[in-house]
Amino acid sequence: MATQAKAPLTENPEAVVVRFAGDSGDGMQLTGGQFTLSTALAGNDLATFPDFPAEIRAPQGTLFGVSAFQINFGSREINTAGDAPDVLVAMNPAALKTNIAALKPGGLVIADTGAFTKRNLDKAHYSANPLEDDSLAKYDVLAFDISEKTIEAVKPFGLGNKDALRSKNMWTLGLALWMFDRPREPIHDWLKAKFKSKPDIADANIAALDAGHAYGETAELAGPMKQYTIEPVESDPGLYRTITGAEAVSLGLVAGAQLAELPMFFGGYPITPASAILHHLARLKEFGVTTFQAEDEIAAICAAIGASYAGSLGVTSSSGPGIALKGEAMGLAIMTELPLVIVNSQRGGPSTGLPTKTEQSDLYQAVYGRNGDAPMPVVSCSSPGDAFEAAIEACRIAVEYMTPVMLLTDGYIANAAEPWKVPDPANYTPFPAKFLEQKNGTDSAGGETLLPYKRDEKGARPWIKPGTPDLMHRIGGIEKAVDTGHIDYAPDNHQAMTDARRDKVLGVAVPDQEVCLGDTSGKLAVVGWGSTFGPIHQAVRRARAKGVDVSHIHVRYIWPLPGNLGDLLKSFDHVLVPEMNTGQFKTVLRDQFLVDAQPLTKTSGQPFQIAELEEAIGKFFDGIEGNEGGEVPVNDQQLPSPEADG
Amino acid sequence: MNAPVKIETTLKDWETDQEVRWCPGCGDYAILKAVQRTLPQLGADPSNTCFISGIGCSSRFPYYMETYGFHTIHGRAPAVATGVKLANPDLDIWLVTGDGDGLSIGGNHLMHVLRRNVNMQIMLFNNEIYGLTKGQASPTSREGTKSPSTPLGSYDHPARPAAFALGSGARFVGRGFDVSKNLPDVLKAAHAHQGAAFIEIFQNCIVYNKDVFDDFAAPKGAEDRQLWLENGKPMLFAKDTKGLTLNREKLCLEVVDVAAGEDGSPDWEAADVIVHDVTNRTVAHMLVEMPFGPFPMALGVLYDDPRPTFESAVVEERARASAGKDANLAKLLGKGQTWTVSGTAQDPV
Repeated sequence: MATQAKAPLTENPEAVVVRFAGDSGDGMQLTGGQFTLSTALAGNDLATFPDFPAEIRAPQGTLFGVSAFQINFGSREINTAGDAPDVLVAMNPAALKTNIAALKPGGLVIADTGAFTKRNLDKAHYSANPLEDDSLAKYDVLAFDISEKTIEAVKPFGLGNKDALRSKNMWTLGLALWMFDRPREPIHDWLKAKFKSKPDIADANIAALDAGHAYGETAELAGPMKQYTIEPVESDPGLYRTITGAEAVSLGLVAGAQLAELPMFFGGYPITPASAILHHLARLKEFGVTTFQAEDEIAAICAAIGASYAGSLGVTSSSGPGIALKGEAMGLAIMTELPLVIVNSQRGGPSTGLPTKTEQSDLYQAVYGRNGDAPMPVVSCSSPGDAFEAAIEACRIAVEYMTPVMLLTDGYIANAAEPWKVPDPANYTPFPAKFLEQKNGTDSAGGETLLPYKRDEKGARPWIKPGTPDLMHRIGGIEKAVDTGHIDYAPDNHQAMTDARRDKVLGVAVPDQEVCLGDTSGKLAVVGWGSTFGPIHQAVRRARAKGVDVSHIHVRYIWPLPGNLGDLLKSFDHVLVPEMNTGQFKTVLRDQFLVDAQPLTKTSGQPFQIAELEEAIGKFFDGIEGNEGGEVPVNDQQLPSPEADG
Repeated sequence: MNAPVKIETTLKDWETDQEVRWCPGCGDYAILKAVQRTLPQLGADPSNTCFISGIGCSSRFPYYMETYGFHTIHGRAPAVATGVKLANPDLDIWLVTGDGDGLSIGGNHLMHVLRRNVNMQIMLFNNEIYGLTKGQASPTSREGTKSPSTPLGSYDHPARPAAFALGSGARFVGRGFDVSKNLPDVLKAAHAHQGAAFIEIFQNCIVYNKDVFDDFAAPKGAEDRQLWLENGKPMLFAKDTKGLTLNREKLCLEVVDVAAGEDGSPDWEAADVIVHDVTNRTVAHMLVEMPFGPFPMALGVLYDDPRPTFESAVVEERARASAGKDANLAKLLGKGQTWTVSGTAQDPV
């Protein structure tokens, strides 16, 4: 490896990947977030990947306490947080140790020598200081005492050393802003707003930021420190902002409730990584949103069902373990045929699993995971911005078909940020909820009667709010008689009602599947769902640029599947299904369409790399001229988990 | 929340056309009739009334009430009812649960609906047994209860529903039993209470736990074993020949004999019998802990001291949080730091 040629950044690269890594207490997520904002304001497309430990305050300096934030930004379309970083900022030895293997050969390491003490080196299990031996020979290393320079910069503000060192991340951010020619003003404004009541702290942080920036200018003459220019990306005209998946889900739910002309009731219980949705919605009460932090996951969904029964749009949200607890109540919502949106922010499983890491392993749980024949529509989101659209779709299906709907997102989408073209709510077609106001049937004597389970052309029963005059009726989890909804255990009735529930869900109108890149037939279709969109799209784009006959199909509607999907898949010679699980969607596709869908699976808690997908695509085209897909070496050390390394 | 409009109804208006499926002789019939008798007296409106239940014999109750009804899942009725009440605070909600549903599988939800103080009447039918699953010991079964799951007798200590409720923060605790003529009065007091009103109703399961409450509920000798509490009245029983007093040294209740005064009426003051104050939480704790046997069974309204309800706090907070804010979705979507792309130039906003 040492002989491998260095491949340093060119002066004006199309795209750059930077990873900030430090101790949990070093503020790396904040640094990354602010760098993201200034990058968005500079007009680059971008994608981010925050990767942090499950421990809130892990012991300082340890390998498992390392927190990292990766951003990929460029002057062309960016769909992933990037495979291997070009630049690694390592705030301590543990951060270097757990992240160095991911860095591109020839990449730049920026390290704080002030944190490379004997004690910290021991904690990171380094026997020698890697900044002082030749172990980093294949990289450019820029090591200097950021700690000391920060203390110096904030000295005028009279802070003690401990407090002063808290500004270390701002010093580093200042340097990064200089490196990529980003404006400092938005960060100044942000710091002033954040520390409104503590102007001294704001000033100290601004001083640290400016000092880092100034250091870049001064150091430019000496060594590997260079300034790069990355041109703005060409985007559709319009208003843009950055958005995370959790924000987009929350906004999509608010928009969905407005399009349904309903107040929203959100029942939640704290769980990583779903809690952010509860936090966002708790601040949107003026939009007719009621948030309820329940005593447990079961109460959260049950209260949402109660609210839907009473005429609100009930929503609940959790992650896999919490979704498991809600299972019985989902069955109640299916049986009583009430609208409900269940958001699942998937994480690594089973059991507590990997709370802060991402996975797509709850697909079976979403489609099949309930007792009885309990069909439920499932919608997935493919990126932070797409989560807005998907959430609206979940609301629409729930209200139009009187059914619970599961919205699948994941830890990656929830935390990742991307530029988002702000949509105009006027461009969405409303789907106002209708409530039954009077009796809807005729009894044997010819009189008016109420039929709570009389179905419309979509198979949906009427929504009847308690409090409506003279429409008193009883519903519940026991099997209902056709039309009347009375308790009925009769064999024919259960058959008829099971069929009706199945047909209603299978009949949900979902748009035909489109091919998002490539052709409607050919040699290979790469079929994805959810947050694998970015790496699949880039890998297919690269392969097609080499003339490879491969197309990308990305499925939003997991259940029911689009009506044309089976025929579409059968028009390809091969179907490859990459997923961050052991092959769940592949099984569904095989079952539904009898196609020979081949799995490509990954369950490391980390998103796919583009290179991994290129290699997998390449295997279908051995011997095809111009194809290099199969030759791209896969870097297994991409974002290694600190635990595994320690 | 609007003041409810009083409606004229009769008992018949509250009966459904559904065949009642409880065992003949079950105490639930008497409770059903007591509720159907009480609602017309309250001027309640069937269209605005909602019965919500969990799972078990008691939880079949909503099917027999000509109101809105939701037969939910085991133990979760308090959570469903909380959502219903928050979505429509004007609804009059009655929760029906049992000792297994409310104190075993649903104990957590019962605790939280009480401490949050969501405005509804919570009737817990306590028959000290699982009925619908055919007779297993329940969390209120007495020690030594022989059942299919405890053939040699149960050995876990029973939960006491009224003590559980008070300990969970309930602001109303009432008690009655299925065939008691006073049950409607307890229900009316519970309905008048603004907040979560908990009523323990002893109910005779004639199949699996027959006559287990006869010690105090059997008509014969009932006066000696039942203490019906009335606010502002001395705590007297056994035809006013006995009463409860407070032992001020040991800080506990004691039974004392009450002699007749000169005019023939009981001279309870001489015996230092205490007067029931429904707002006295300390005495309420003593009453719910009072062991039956050495003491009579305390019945009626044990505690009633309202405080602001959960749903009123939610409604007020929403109003406060919304005041002066423009609920404009387009503006919300474009919030935060934004930039505009026009043609190819980038202009930070």
